[in-house]
Amino acid sequence: MAVPVFAPWDDPTQKPLIQFKGVTKRFGDFTAIDNQTLDIYTREFFALLGPSGCGKTTMMRMLAGFEQPTEGQIVIGGKDMKGVPPNEREVNMMFQSYALFPHLSVWENIAFGLRRMNQPKDVLEARVEEMLRLTRLTKFAKRKPHQISGGQRQRVALARSLARAPKLLLLDEPLGALDKKLREETQFELMDIQENTGTTFVIVTHDQEEAMTVASRIAVMDEGRVIQVATPSNIYEAPNSVYVADFIGDVNIIEGAAKRAGDGYDITWAEGVPPLHTRKEEGELISIPDGGKAYLAIRPEKVAIHTEKPQGMTNAVQGRIIDVAYLGNLSTYHVRLANGTMVRAQTANTRRLALRPFTWEDEVWLSWTDTAAILLAE
Amino acid sequence: MRKFSLVSVPYFWLLILFLVPFLIVLKISLSDTALAIPPYTPTLDLSEGWAGFKAFWSELDFENFVFLTEDALYWKAYLSSLQIAAISTTLALLVGFPIAYGMAQAPDEWRPTLMMLVILPFWTSFLIRVYSWIGILSTEGFLNQFLLWLGVIDTPLIIMNTKIAVYIGIVYTYLPFMILPIYSALEKLDGSLLEAAEDLGCTRTKAFWLITIPLSRPGIIAGCFLVFIPALGEFVIPSLLGGSETLMIGKVLWEEFFNNRDWPVASAVAVVLLAILIIPIILFQRNEQKQREAGK
Repeated sequence: MAVPVFAPWDDPTQKPLIQFKGVTKRFGDFTAIDNQTLDIYTREFFALLGPSGCGKTTMMRMLAGFEQPTEGQIVIGGKDMKGVPPNEREVNMMFQSYALFPHLSVWENIAFGLRRMNQPKDVLEARVEEMLRLTRLTKFAKRKPHQISGGQRQRVALARSLARAPKLLLLDEPLGALDKKLREETQFELMDIQENTGTTFVIVTHDQEEAMTVASRIAVMDEGRVIQVATPSNIYEAPNSVYVADFIGDVNIIEGAAKRAGDGYDITWAEGVPPLHTRKEEGELISIPDGGKAYLAIRPEKVAIHTEKPQGMTNAVQGRIIDVAYLGNLSTYHVRLANGTMVRAQTANTRRLALRPFTWEDEVWLSWTDTAAILLAE
Repeated sequence: MRKFSLVSVPYFWLLILFLVPFLIVLKISLSDTALAIPPYTPTLDLSEGWAGFKAFWSELDFENFVFLTEDALYWKAYLSSLQIAAISTTLALLVGFPIAYGMAQAPDEWRPTLMMLVILPFWTSFLIRVYSWIGILSTEGFLNQFLLWLGVIDTPLIIMNTKIAVYIGIVYTYLPFMILPIYSALEKLDGSLLEAAEDLGCTRTKAFWLITIPLSRPGIIAGCFLVFIPALGEFVIPSLLGGSETLMIGKVLWEEFFNNRDWPVASAVAVVLLAILIIPIILFQRNEQKQREAGK
């Protein structure tokens, strides 16, 4: 049985749940968000990813209603949100600091939003119990926030923000305060909950791994602009700029001059060595004039390392191993090419340490296929 | 042993400066008035040894406390003091809370200045500041002159020597004690809690009542006690601003000591006042304790 692919952004008949239309936000002289247009669809797990100060939190706070756009329009569920205060939006937020009410018990924290909805008592109680079960907090219902652990507090915050069954849930660095192991577990929990409740999630994070794990689509942001919006695999495999390629994962960037050649481009990157070749993938729109500046982005795991010059490879360069980073399952070799460019090659450590042929100061050859590298104009 | 000696220092301090004076006052309250120096009997004569002590002991009695219940003046003064202290505390809270709230909302760079302004009056003697209120509140005072000039009133208001003047004096004097604990509670309040409340469907006003007020409650309670406790025994303000009309126990105490030179009755008044104050003091301590535990 084929599972239908979830990709409403490719379906022109789908109406987005959230639309940013030419949104600009200024704080005094500072432009936090610069004329951005962005669509987010129902049931998406959408990640806003970027370094601190890139505007991702401002985007989220505008959705929650804590900030109003200086220019442009934000539409949620077909309704213009201009002047709608936070308490009248079907949007809830999970705060970075969790913002649990310290004077209320876990139970009362979760009930807080429901009490504002004037529901009958038994409906309210049933909903709180449901949320406690969903987040496995039933045992801690009577405790105060300072009497539970960080991971439990995180779940209370999640339960509280989900209790009102919002159309849209905003998560502001939700896992930032958790240690690595707990964070990874919680990421999967979040995905399960998102799937089970069918709520649209927008998550703000600076952690690219987190974004890659949980999100259906990622918007990579920098200095108030969305640089690229794509699925995690497309962000990784087909970044649209050096900035995105560099921000997501590890990447080698080789700068050179491009020239059309055969099914793609030849990149001249150093004197006295043959140019590197990259094949143009179907649907790739990039076009660089002959002699124009271009960047090759190659992921370290796509670079193979050899002792002898590999035969039949279009892209092969020679260099010397400067550094070896041993990570247990992987090793990363830092190789300096003749012109000083550093290239990292990553190999899986399938053999025991003593059997591996490369070490510091070795002269080695690096190679990659002509589809491994991504050609970027900027 | 070292720990014991460290702990014993504050207890020793309390013993010398609080318990011993209190026991002396208690002893005087059980004595009889006399035309002598000191103006009461008996005095302990150690030269007669055990027999002297027994004679001394047999002369102590509760006569003065009984006397307090017989003369309506005393319990009226106690009640009136409680009432004035309670009303002043409420007024100080109504004035102090908005000030503390405003300070906590002010931009960071303003806060030290505002704090300074609250504390500034302490740099001048309390007595002088209370005296200066006479100049403001009296019939020919600044306030009446100003209101007459504005045309709001045509005959001067009589504020001096009324309870209103006492309320003004107490609220003015003890306002910093109300503001500072409330400010310190409000300042710690995490702004994201209010945003969370709004996010969960509260209007700003509702968020204020459901979040700001409960979370500043320890500060409000502390502030109220810090105003109520000294206001109850206040003597200077009712003497200077309240005139003869205002009956407060602090003033009665003063008159017993210095006008009537009846030390035993004055001491009895003081002991009863202390007994009354112990209740709010214990409640205050419990509030502080709870706050410390919650802070952990």
